[in-house]
This record gives sequence, C-alpha cells and structure tokens, in this order.
Amino acid sequence: MDLIVCLKRVPQTAEAEVQIGPSGKEIVRDRLTFDMNEADSYALEEAILLKEKFGGTITVISLGLPDAEDTLRIALAKGADHAIRIKAEDFGELDGFKTASLLKDALVNVKFDVLLTGCVATDDSLYQVGPVLAELLGAPHATLVGKIEIAGEKAHVNRELEGGLIEHLEMSLPAVFAVQTGINEPRYASLIAIRRAAGKEIKLLGKDDIPSEHRVNSTLEKLFVPPAGKRAEIMTGTADEVSARTASLIKEKGLI
Amino acid sequence: MNFDLTSDQKMLQDQVRKFAQTELAPLAPEIDKSGEFPWPSLKKMAKLGLLGVIVPEKYGGSGFDFVSLAIAIEEISRACASTGVIVAVNNSLTTYPILEFSSEELKKKYLPQLCSGEKIGAFGLTEPNAGSDVAAMESTARLEGDHYIVNGTKRFITNGGEAGIYVVFAYTNRDLKHKGISAFVVERDTPGFSVGKHEDLMGIRATANCELMFEDVKVPKENLLGKEGDGFKICMNTLDVSRIDIGAQAVGIAQAALDEAVRYSKERKAFGQPICNFEMIEALIAEMATEIQAARLLVHYAGFCKDKGMQKFSKEAAMSKYYASDIAVDVTRKAVQIHGGYGYSKEYAVERLYRDAKILELYEGTSEIQKIVIARELTR
Repeated sequence: MDLIVCLKRVPQTAEAEVQIGPSGKEIVRDRLTFDMNEADSYALEEAILLKEKFGGTITVISLGLPDAEDTLRIALAKGADHAIRIKAEDFGELDGFKTASLLKDALVNVKFDVLLTGCVATDDSLYQVGPVLAELLGAPHATLVGKIEIAGEKAHVNRELEGGLIEHLEMSLPAVFAVQTGINEPRYASLIAIRRAAGKEIKLLGKDDIPSEHRVNSTLEKLFVPPAGKRAEIMTGTADEVSARTASLIKEKGLI
Repeated sequence: MNFDLTSDQKMLQDQVRKFAQTELAPLAPEIDKSGEFPWPSLKKMAKLGLLGVIVPEKYGGSGFDFVSLAIAIEEISRACASTGVIVAVNNSLTTYPILEFSSEELKKKYLPQLCSGEKIGAFGLTEPNAGSDVAAMESTARLEGDHYIVNGTKRFITNGGEAGIYVVFAYTNRDLKHKGISAFVVERDTPGFSVGKHEDLMGIRATANCELMFEDVKVPKENLLGKEGDGFKICMNTLDVSRIDIGAQAVGIAQAALDEAVRYSKERKAFGQPICNFEMIEALIAEMATEIQAARLLVHYAGFCKDKGMQKFSKEAAMSKYYASDIAVDVTRKAVQIHGGYGYSKEYAVERLYRDAKILELYEGTSEIQKIVIARELTR
C-alpha cells in the first residue's frame, strides 16, 4: 500500500504569548518553538500503522520553510520512506487553495492508495487543504476521520460529528483522509531510527520544479488581537467575590 | 565554532523530551513517594535505545556520541531525577567500562542484555569505609583456578537492588595500594552474592540504592576488566565519563525547577500583581537561567572533549559535574523560595527537586573531590 502524508510545521502557541510582527500579517517567530502540527502527527502514525499491516511505502511532504526539514526528518525516523519539502520561500503568499494546488503539483507523479492529512493545522485553522487536495487529485475524501479500516479496494472510515454521532462511510481507494487527533497513539522515534534518518535525502521542490502559477483566493489583510468586547465584564476581586458575582450574573441572565 | 546541535542530536532531544514529559514526568511524584523502581519506564526506554546510547549497534546499542548521551540524560532528569540517574548509571557506569575495557566475548555477552533492558547495570565501588578515599576499600578478589573469589561489602549502590549486571572493584593485591585494585563484571545470580539494606534516601528515592554483599562469590576469571591492577585506572576513566552525565542530570533537575518557578511566578499574585513583576523574583529567575545555561555549556563541552578523542578530559568533566551540581542545588533552592510556603509542600514539584538535587554534590565524586581534580590539573 502506498501512502502519502502531508505534514505542516506550526508554532506551538498553546502556552506561548503570540505577538504580531511589524507587517501586521505575521506573528513574531523568534521566541516560539515549532513542531509537527498535532493532527498531522496522528495522520503520520496512521500511515505507519497501515504500512506495518499492508506493507508499501510512505512519502511525507511539507510545504514549508527550511526548518520544516526537521519535521520531515522526524517523520523519516518514525517510519516514512521518502520526504519532499516544497520550498515555501519560493511561492509567496499562501492560502488553503494555493497550498493544496502546490501539493498536488508536487505529488503528480507519486502513486498512492491512501493520502492522509491532519484535519486542521493549528496555525491557520483552515480545515481546507485535505478536501481541496482531494478534489484536485480527483480522489474521494473524508474529513474528521476517527477510524480507518482497509479491506481490499475499499476503505471503511468513521467520521466524528457533533453531538457524539459517528458517521460510518465506505469509500473506494485511492482516497484522502483528514484525520482527527486521538485516532491512535503517535510513537516516538527510536535512537537508531533517528541516526539513520539523519542521513536520508529530503527532495526539494522550488519554483523551477513547480513552474505553474497558482493564485490565492483570499489575501491576508491583517492579524489582530480583538479588543475586549463591550459586553464582556472582567471580574476582579478575591475568589469568593468573583464566584459570588458569577453566580448572581448567571441568575440575572436567566441561565438557570 | 558552532553551538548548534547536529541534526540527529536535535531529533534525539525532541523525541526524548516528548517521551520524558509524557511518560516519565507524571510518574515522578509517585515513585518518589513509593520508592518503586521504574521498570515499566525502563522497558519503554530500552525500546527507544536509551539504555545503550553510546553502545555500537552491533552490541544492541544506538551508536550515539557522549554529547548526545548528555542531552538524553538532561531531558530524562528534567522529567524524573530518579529515572535520570538510573539510566545514567546503566549507560556510563556499566555499558561504558564494559565497552571500553572488556574482551569481545564479554561485550557480546553483556552489552545486549544491558541495552535491551533485560538486565540493568550497577557500579560497585563505594564501601561503608571507602567513599572519596577509593584506595581504602576492603573488598578483595583472589584467583583460585579459573575463578576469582570476591569478598566484601559495597554501599550506596544506585540500581543495586534491581540490577542484574554489576561492575565491581576489589583488591587483587593490597600491597600495591591503588595499583592493586581490579575490576570485574559480576552477575546477580552468582552464589554468595546478595543484596543488603535498601537505603531510605532524601531524594532520588526510586533508584533501588542498596548495599551489596559478596561472600566467596566465584567470578569467572574472564570477567576481569582489563588486567589485574587496572581497576583504579578503569574506575577513574569511567568516572570521568559518568561525571558528564551527572552534570547533565543536574542541568535537567535545575531546568525543571526553573520551569516550575517561572510558571508559578506568572500565576501567583501578591500585592495585586503577578510576583514575576517584582524585581527580587526577576533577579532570582535571571540568576537561575544564567547558571543553567553556563552549566549546560560546560556539560556539552566536556562531552565534546570526550567525543573528539581527548585522552585526558578529567578537568573538563570535573568542572561540568562540580558546577552543574552546585548550581542545581542553588537553583532548586531558589525555586522553592519563589514558591514561598507552597514550595515546602509536597504538592509542588520544587519540593522534590530540591531534595533530588542535593545528591549531585555527593555522588560520583563529591564537589570537594571535583575541585581537587581541577586544581591538580592546573598545579601539578
């Protein structure tokens, strides 16, 4: 079974303070740490599990700056066979459509049975790249995938819906799956695998390799931190005072 | 001049950090309390190759260098100081002397067991009446036919209660003083060997620190490391290597304390604002961060000296161990201070870290011994 996994290197913003840079269109990268997008690490693990079950090869691909190679290399250490970096520095502004278009161009000669992405990247929260890439590749897709089983030419997948519902689908291969976090337990790379991955080649694709011009459908105007809304009340005081005020507000607004 | 880690070192750091923070850190308070030796964690670490970091692949190891081992020990210790020293002892005090000083047969026999976690290693040097004064040891080994007959008692042996393979030092000729000490590999199930008292320690409480007793233990003569009388040299050379890792353990413990202190100082409010806004807290944090960075660079430099093949790096290893231990005690004390009364409570990790740090100044050569090593390199 031939597998492709799309990986993105994203800033770890859960505990960090995010600052907007002077252009107003990007965050300050210097003091942030970057890592594999969380959902993508589950997509990678799912690919490794499928490879362990059915054999085949895994190609990992990332549209990113040079440091994305660190992320690709971790993927190689965990079990991927081939890695490609599309040089983000060559392609200017990106949006979901352009990202998917560049990935499609880069993957045009890579055969696959299953292509996996994370369901969302935590930096831009677009939820687009998986589905758009599937359309461009002419393959069926499923998003929010929480379980994948392959039998012959068919895939049976579960999608996680709101309200605790699960949608069970049968799909023909090749197909694209955008997976949820929690679908498996991502492994750690062993030291031997890390040492072997350190010397593996990462194929680079730049503007000379992907000459076609892709437009962006949306242009980033600005990033900003929303001002505190007028209807928001910031409560101060001791814990007892704050909880008393919260309780009275809940009653006041008729919520209980 | 280049301070960057190599590509594989960066990956190792990334993966070990994630593993340690996810799998080891949650267990650290638990095993500190129970004193339980973390076998399940060790089995997981064996799978990742962390029990034989510097051992070549052909003996079941991972084939990394000494800087990489220090990086791994720092990350493990940052999550759990007990687990950090257990792994350090297995790597630098057990696999290293076997790798460096034993025959090919012994390497093939023992290294795969130590790398796979089938057995864990320990280092039997310290005795009830011989700590810093190594030559005061009383253990003896006399050759009878194909075996050495080992007698004596070892004390304060990290991993002692759970290990399967021991590197043990004993006199084969007391008249030659330290030149009469020899080193052996002893298996746990050898008749006459037994584990004595389990030490009830202040910190690193899950390390199965025990007394070892040898009563007419028959050790095959091929289990001699090097030649008869090489023991002291083997011991000193091994300690040079292991001191880098104790330095790394110190950096990990100190880093954990700084992480806790920074987080707490941003959350805790006094006089209407987070305490991190107060200059005296800022000063503590600045001192802690600077000391940790200086210690880490000393540790990496000592590892670098070993990796580039320097014959004599005792001074660099001693400097890294002495300074990193010193600042780890200081940094953990400051972290408790930043936490105020809460820092004295077992509810907060800094209480454990402060206790864990103290041993760093005592084992694998006290700070006083490190200073002697450093000074004598300069004055002899």
